[in-house]
Amino acid sequence: MLCDICHKKIATVHLTEIVEGKVMELHICQDCAKNKAEELKQQLNISDFLGGLTLEGEDNKSMSIKCSFCGTTFYDFKKKGRLGCAKCYTHFKSQLLPLIKKIHGSNEHKGKLPKKVEEKVIVDRNLKILKERLERAVKLEAYEDAAKLRDEIRELEKKVRKED
Amino acid sequence: MFESFFENKKSWLSSEGPDSDIVISTRIRLARNIEGYPFPNRATLAQKNQVFLKVGEAYPKIEHLDSAFFLPMESIDDLDRQFLLERHLISQEHMHYPRGKGLILSRSEVVSIMINEEDHLRMQVIVSGFDLVKAWRIINKIDDEISTYLLFSFSPEIGYLTSCPTNVGTGLRASCMLHLPALVMTKRVDKILELLAKLSFTTRGLFGEGTQALGNFFQISNQVSLGMSEEEIMDSLAGVVKQVKEQELNARENLLKRYLPTLEDSVWRAWGILKCCRLISTKEALSHLSMLRLGVDLGIIKEVGKDIINRFFIMIQPAHLQKIEGKVLKEEERDYIRAELIREKLS
Ligand SMILES: [Zn+2]
Ligand SMILES: [Zn+2]
Repeated sequence: MLCDICHKKIATVHLTEIVEGKVMELHICQDCAKNKAEELKQQLNISDFLGGLTLEGEDNKSMSIKCSFCGTTFYDFKKKGRLGCAKCYTHFKSQLLPLIKKIHGSNEHKGKLPKKVEEKVIVDRNLKILKERLERAVKLEAYEDAAKLRDEIRELEKKVRKED
Repeated sequence: MFESFFENKKSWLSSEGPDSDIVISTRIRLARNIEGYPFPNRATLAQKNQVFLKVGEAYPKIEHLDSAFFLPMESIDDLDRQFLLERHLISQEHMHYPRGKGLILSRSEVVSIMINEEDHLRMQVIVSGFDLVKAWRIINKIDDEISTYLLFSFSPEIGYLTSCPTNVGTGLRASCMLHLPALVMTKRVDKILELLAKLSFTTRGLFGEGTQALGNFFQISNQVSLGMSEEEIMDSLAGVVKQVKEQELNARENLLKRYLPTLEDSVWRAWGILKCCRLISTKEALSHLSMLRLGVDLGIIKEVGKDIINRFFIMIQPAHLQKIEGKVLKEEERDYIRAELIREKLS
């Protein structure tokens, strides 16, 4: 997509602005974004440039939510575009999740796990994968596979219960 | 410091590896944070030092890193920091604000770990050519090993937790650096970059600030880091990079078939200027070197090797020139030395 301002460069910054009550989407290039940032410094802040976010629940209440570990408020995050610590993800969960979904199109980690992670996390992940496969097997009417998968799931669930 | 890097024949500059005529290098970085400490933007200097020391205890146990440099950024002088930036081993932010920051750097320059940049750890592997598989194999192993010594901030739902939510999930950013002179000459590059942006890939010029692509180098990276596995992210990047590479090859063929005199003229003029100039800026040198590189790729010029030109792209940068000369140089002095260096190597 080309920049809405200069029509020459690639738009990499996506803004949502409210102009006279109407929602306007603006797709602009880095250079024009810089100029625009200067121009709108008073009204906009950096986090608006982060993946073009209009944040959900932007009322005063959510702005003053504070992370008890690092002291970052949601307002600080909005201003700087940076979270203060890992716990911020818990404290701002209801504001952050929709935002994350907007940026990545998903809220679900499908990548690797760290080596040092609780056993339960790994088991949960495996269970989830097995259940997805079971569902697929049933849909495909591959009953033999489905039976095998069901056994594996039971086995795993038994293990979890024992550990609890 | 780092003088030995001039001798590194196998670094990402070596013009070896798959498809290295167009894809110069492949880089993968992982963002990680250590549990129990605020992210660098919120951490006190004392907390940053603790993170630095914790990483310092862990790295020597890791293969590839046992003989690495482990340095506070403040112990590296301005010129050397600029030198590392020019070699793509640290970021702008890491260079400009060294306080509380650290660096682990393998002697081969393949692995670099920035400590207390935007996240506690920014681990990077950079290899020559189009080789996501190799880069991933190296960085994945380092990540696995280091995560047995350090507890990373991780959520089973949304993955590795990062200072900026744009990196959350895998914390992975994979990028390929492409040389696309024919697509620029045939004015098709904008269209292609536009399409990539729609597919959620980021492209930017490699040298210089902003979007201007000096030397016709472009870096293509994934934007999405959550909701896909590392392999899926890399596969999708590999797919688009392959497409762009094919487009560039087509454009080159087209130039050869239809515009040979113009093409030859541009290439030989670049050669002429580089061989005769007495003063040349980085910007001008990059644009002629790009044409020269194209000329070599297409067999128009046979007098010089690709690896030499590849090295030029880095050697002519300001900090490199000053390290080669062993002294601080003013801009005009650099332009003179740069011209001299290029002439010398091309004769
Ligand atoms: Zn623009
Ligand atoms: Zn926090």
